[in-house]
Amino acid sequence: MARPGRMWIVSGAMTTHRTTDDLVVLDHVDKWFGQLHVLKDVDLRIRRGEVVVVIGPSGSGKSTLCRAINRLEPIDKGTITLDGKPLPEEGKELAALRAEVGMVFQSFNLFAHKTILENVTLGPIKVRGHKKDAAEKRARELLDRVGVGHQAEKYPAQLSGGQQQRVAIARALAMEPKVMLFDEPTSALDPEMISEVLEVMVDLAKQGMTMVVVTHEMGFARTAGDRVVFMADGAIVEEATPEQFFTNPQSDRAKDFLGKILKH
Amino acid sequence: MDDVTSEFDLVLQAFWLTIQLAALSGVVSLVLGTVLAAMRVGPVAPFRLAATTYVNVVRNTPLLIVFVFVFVAFPNLGLLVGTPFLLKGVVAVSLYTAPFVCEAIRAGINAVPLGQAEAARAIGLTFGQTMGNVVLPQAFRAAVPPLASVLIAMTKNTSIAAVFGLMEATARMRYFTNNSADDTVIFLVFALGYIIIVETLSAGAWGLERRWRVAR
Ligand SMILES: Nc1ncnc2c1ncn2[C@@H]1O[C@H](COP(=O)(O)OP(=O)(O)OP(=O)(O)O)[C@@H](O)[C@H]1O
Ligand SMILES: [Mg+2]
Repeated sequence: MARPGRMWIVSGAMTTHRTTDDLVVLDHVDKWFGQLHVLKDVDLRIRRGEVVVVIGPSGSGKSTLCRAINRLEPIDKGTITLDGKPLPEEGKELAALRAEVGMVFQSFNLFAHKTILENVTLGPIKVRGHKKDAAEKRARELLDRVGVGHQAEKYPAQLSGGQQQRVAIARALAMEPKVMLFDEPTSALDPEMISEVLEVMVDLAKQGMTMVVVTHEMGFARTAGDRVVFMADGAIVEEATPEQFFTNPQSDRAKDFLGKILKH
Repeated sequence: MDDVTSEFDLVLQAFWLTIQLAALSGVVSLVLGTVLAAMRVGPVAPFRLAATTYVNVVRNTPLLIVFVFVFVAFPNLGLLVGTPFLLKGVVAVSLYTAPFVCEAIRAGINAVPLGQAEAARAIGLTFGQTMGNVVLPQAFRAAVPPLASVLIAMTKNTSIAAVFGLMEATARMRYFTNNSADDTVIFLVFALGYIIIVETLSAGAWGLERRWRVAR
């Protein structure tokens, strides 16, 4: 369900402003783990404000794709650019770039020895050089926004999985990233906690955040996704709108995969 | 017995020297060991190689040999020539202890889930910031018990300094046993002194463990 504003951007991108509207561009990206070819000639353009849902069987390279975008995983061939700039080599410059890309992990990965508030302020203070007071004020706003403001002084282990994941989202947002990557953000959650996290993500999408979301939550894909990218064996096999993809998949791989997940 | 009580000051002085030697060496080897551990897990290959080599070589060298190096070989090379005995002792004990600290901390680092460092890098922290703010604080917590063992062994290792003329506790004990009939009592007094130092260390480690368990 695309928002009107975004439709305009999409059509603009198709004609004149193509390069300026592309926020993340993967161009002929290849990646091997030893002998294993995990990303095969991947081309992907993500427009500003677009929500791309990545779907595919286990081991198809979805996580690797996400991790390649903020270079947690280096690639072997091809280029990845963020807002027109190629990803730099490891070092200070790369750290600065990573600050522009928010990442939310399946296992939350909150800093276990820091309070919720400290989890959210660490980046702004250390990376952005913000004052502690200002960082804490902003962090409390973000924690309120994701509904865990009253837990600010606790430690991660004292929170439920759903709460931890919402803190992780707040931690990423505190860096004011240009794009947010979500790698199966709800897969480690009990069913009753999934929706509280998805709601935060849908809100984020509504506010125009550019998002890459690896998830099998079809509801989310349909509500918030602009495009579904289906991966199999390291390659992008099919791209379509969520509606098209779920009701009328083109490739056999996608039909087969949807058949399996829809049965459950 | 008379010797020990009448010359109680000498005993205290000796233990004070032992405590100084242990405390200074403790701090220096903790710092050096942490740096070595960071080098061993870091992304810079030459650093990794240098730290690994240092750890393997020194860990397989007897402490006495390290002392000989610091007290005899270094001055022959023009190093540490005018340095006071105490500081030479600190250098020797620290050079020897740092690899053990390094390995205890490295085990601690390996106990920190990989996702912690990834999350830190993902918000834009550099390698140094990731280590300093996220990985090492958690690694230290996991490393407290093995580090306590290392520091206890180090405290007892300071007694080697006696051989090189430092009048620390063990040297003073030998002085007394050479001059007294009641060796057993003297030995027990000095053993008790070491036990007090070591128990203080253990209690400190236990306190840290407990505090951090509550915090998490
Ligand atoms: N660090 C690594 N070293 C070696 N092989 C790896 C590594 N990480 C992933 N792989 C392999 O790369 C392939 C792609 O992995 P990836 O995690 O990207 O898949 P995925 O689509 O995210 O799967 P899942 O749905 O299970 O999370 C898999 O075959 C996996 O075993
Ligand atoms: Mg994955």
